Amino acid sequence: MNKPARIEPFLLEPERYEFRALPMHQFALARRDFFKVLGAGIAVFAIAKDVSAQETAPGPRGFHSEELPKEIGAWLHVGEDGTVTGFVGKAEIGQNVRTTLAQTIADELGVPFDSVHMVLGDTALTPWDAGTFGSRTTPTITPQLRRVAAAARDLLRKKAAKEWNVPADKLIAGDGKISDPASGRALRYSELAHEDVIDHNSPPASDPIKPAAQWTVAGIPIPKVDARAFVTGSHLYSTDLRPEGLLHGKVLRPASFGASLIAYDDSEAKGQPDVALVHDGNFVGAVAPTVAAAEKALSAIHVQWKEVPQISDQEIFSYLKKNAQPSNEERFRQTKGSVGDGMASAARKLDATYNVAYIAHAPLEPRAAVAQWAGNKLTVWMGTQRPFAVRDDLADTFHVPEANVRVIVPDTGSAYGGKHTSDAGLEAARLARAAGGRPVKLVWTREEEFTWAYFRPAGVIEVKSGIAADGKLTAWEFHNYHSGMSAIETPYVVANQLTQYHQVPLVLRSGSYRGLAATANHFARETHMDTLAHVASMDPLEFRLHNLADQRMRAVLEAGAKAFGWPRQKGAEGQGFGVAAGCEKGSYVATFAEISVDRKAGVVQVKKLVEAFECGAIVNPDGLRNQVVGAMIQGMGGALFEAIQFQNGKITNARFSSYRVPRFRDLPQIEAILVNRTDIPSAGAGETPIMAIAPAIGNAFFDATKVRLTNLPLHPERYLA
Amino acid sequence: MAIELEVNGKRFTVNYPPDTPLLHVLRDELGLTGTKYGCGEGMCGACTVLIGGAARRSCQIPARAAVSRPITTIEALEKNGKLHPVQQAFLDAGAFQCAYCTSGMIMSCVSLLQTNARPSTEQIAQSLQGNICRCGTHPRIVEAVQQAAARMQEAAK
Repeated sequence: MNKPARIEPFLLEPERYEFRALPMHQFALARRDFFKVLGAGIAVFAIAKDVSAQETAPGPRGFHSEELPKEIGAWLHVGEDGTVTGFVGKAEIGQNVRTTLAQTIADELGVPFDSVHMVLGDTALTPWDAGTFGSRTTPTITPQLRRVAAAARDLLRKKAAKEWNVPADKLIAGDGKISDPASGRALRYSELAHEDVIDHNSPPASDPIKPAAQWTVAGIPIPKVDARAFVTGSHLYSTDLRPEGLLHGKVLRPASFGASLIAYDDSEAKGQPDVALVHDGNFVGAVAPTVAAAEKALSAIHVQWKEVPQISDQEIFSYLKKNAQPSNEERFRQTKGSVGDGMASAARKLDATYNVAYIAHAPLEPRAAVAQWAGNKLTVWMGTQRPFAVRDDLADTFHVPEANVRVIVPDTGSAYGGKHTSDAGLEAARLARAAGGRPVKLVWTREEEFTWAYFRPAGVIEVKSGIAADGKLTAWEFHNYHSGMSAIETPYVVANQLTQYHQVPLVLRSGSYRGLAATANHFARETHMDTLAHVASMDPLEFRLHNLADQRMRAVLEAGAKAFGWPRQKGAEGQGFGVAAGCEKGSYVATFAEISVDRKAGVVQVKKLVEAFECGAIVNPDGLRNQVVGAMIQGMGGALFEAIQFQNGKITNARFSSYRVPRFRDLPQIEAILVNRTDIPSAGAGETPIMAIAPAIGNAFFDATKVRLTNLPLHPERYLA
Repeated sequence: MAIELEVNGKRFTVNYPPDTPLLHVLRDELGLTGTKYGCGEGMCGACTVLIGGAARRSCQIPARAAVSRPITTIEALEKNGKLHPVQQAFLDAGAFQCAYCTSGMIMSCVSLLQTNARPSTEQIAQSLQGNICRCGTHPRIVEAVQQAAARMQEAAK
């Protein structure tokens, strides 16, 4: 085989791989338009302010500091009719932020939960937002909404104070009204709110935000907003939209990744009634009144593709190792002490290599968009995690001003980090150019979804380590090739460390995935720690605690151990128990697994998973439990069997019949322990609960069989000789 | 070609190639978008509807094969503003996250409870094995089916 082709000429970035520079943009809905849309009331305009320096300190790429809008945006409207509207550029993708953000506003403003309505993910209405990722909604947007709600509450209090001629600090805000305990008088917010504008160019640092201990509407299990629309099937996802005059689009996909179109003949496809063909560079598509008609038109187009040789899943790990880019960049490396000294003083040493396969997000709602042009103005409805980035891509691609493009995100059929790119929106908009102003819907098929989206990147991780005779870590050297930097640093106490991320050119198109590389890095680290415990003849939990100072991580390990009953005595033949833990993005997780191995039948079953999770003050325990349990189950897929197979530039298992995902019969007994720390600011919770599943299961398999699994997926049944 | 279908108690005549999957006719022609596309190969269950009372993957049924048998979609379960017990149980259990799978799950559960009024956990898992929930809400879905079964039995007394 020839030298493998590089599909895309850029390197995998350490964390937000698919990102380019983040531009800052003027918020579209001007002040004067605001009251026109919403009626009179109080409008709060503000700059999003970082909550704590710690959370927003520039990361390896200075990424976090760019995340919040730095321009004035309208975040809150308290209407004369008693309704409250919050505006946030995040997307609801199943993580339940529509509920938690409304809870936050209701709690801080002091209004009933049901009176708050959230407008999310609409580039014409909401403040600029970088995207819904990185578990950032809760730690950044929640305090922002509390600040604007507090500002509105204080204005209402001042207005009542003026009306009654009493000091504002004697008045109480709550239950949608300002009350004067001394006189018993009360005025509803709706009676006080007129056309008032609060414009916080720089909100005072001492905004009186309620501490979690005083929350009333937040911190409680409020059911998902609009839940009834989901059980009746009436909620409209992007794929369900049917605007007047809708046409359907289809795209003719290249024969393989990186293939270029060298021959195109549409003579047979032409002349079909109501069908428009689009041929633009490598892009070939059709627009028709039905999907079937568009497909029929495409099947009549004769094309030839020039394909390029590419590497396959069989050789991917050696490729990644061999093609690492030489890099001396500081941002990819952390050092502490001297690994050489640490190794020299070690009583026992252990080196190991871990491989992690590509996996797919496989959101059940595939990528889809509806696009409609009106002259040179474009509206796109699309399930995306990054509506503003999609808007920018559309504006760039079609050479129209950003102000001419509106992207609206209907609550979306999940994403898991997979819906960051603009593909479906760009394609739908390109097809809609041929639709004479009519809207065009493009829904990717499952095979397109599995093939033309992007993947959680594969990776190779090498660990070298040393421990002293007393079981303390003396040296830790950790190299991640390609998969990423999330949670790459060990939370354990080691005096001598070297941690290095190695970039490798992309093989398959890769990007974010729930937890990013934290799953890969935790798999390697926590598997390695387990082997070290074995080498040190220590209990795996005891070994971890022995090397751990972080109190929050200790606390989840202890909480999980208590619920699981660690250490447990083995009963049945083939039983095994495993533990793994970690922290990332301000939250902490410890996972305990029980596994059962039937060597004769060649069957391995995960019997039980117990996970303790702590993310500071819990905003909605019901939604959080759904996210944690969901991550545990989703994590089982990547742990046990999910892997993208590819050869010659094609995905060879691009269907649910060949790409196995967790199903009902895979379900173990599951217990999630939510540790509520009302003294710590709330962190996001969408990602961290997935990180420790794979190593916990792998470690349980080792406990049962003494066979160490070092590849993801584990496929433990393949190691039962 | 004209195909006559009975959907949610109403008769429709649609002009479609007879091999068109029923799913497309329901969604694109009749506007019944509660039934979802998930995979097009009958492997995810998002498109589940009842045909003659039994759960079927509408992406795998050519429209012509669905004539002469009543078709029920998620939109018809709610009656006079009152949710079907399975819908109510999903709502009460919070048995969804992104909820894209929910219609198919509910239709599959309605079918299951028609043939097995009190399914065991194992029977529920077996019956829903063909329905994918990518958000991992399975335990609550099982709980919802059990709740619905209990309530339907109670109501039947």
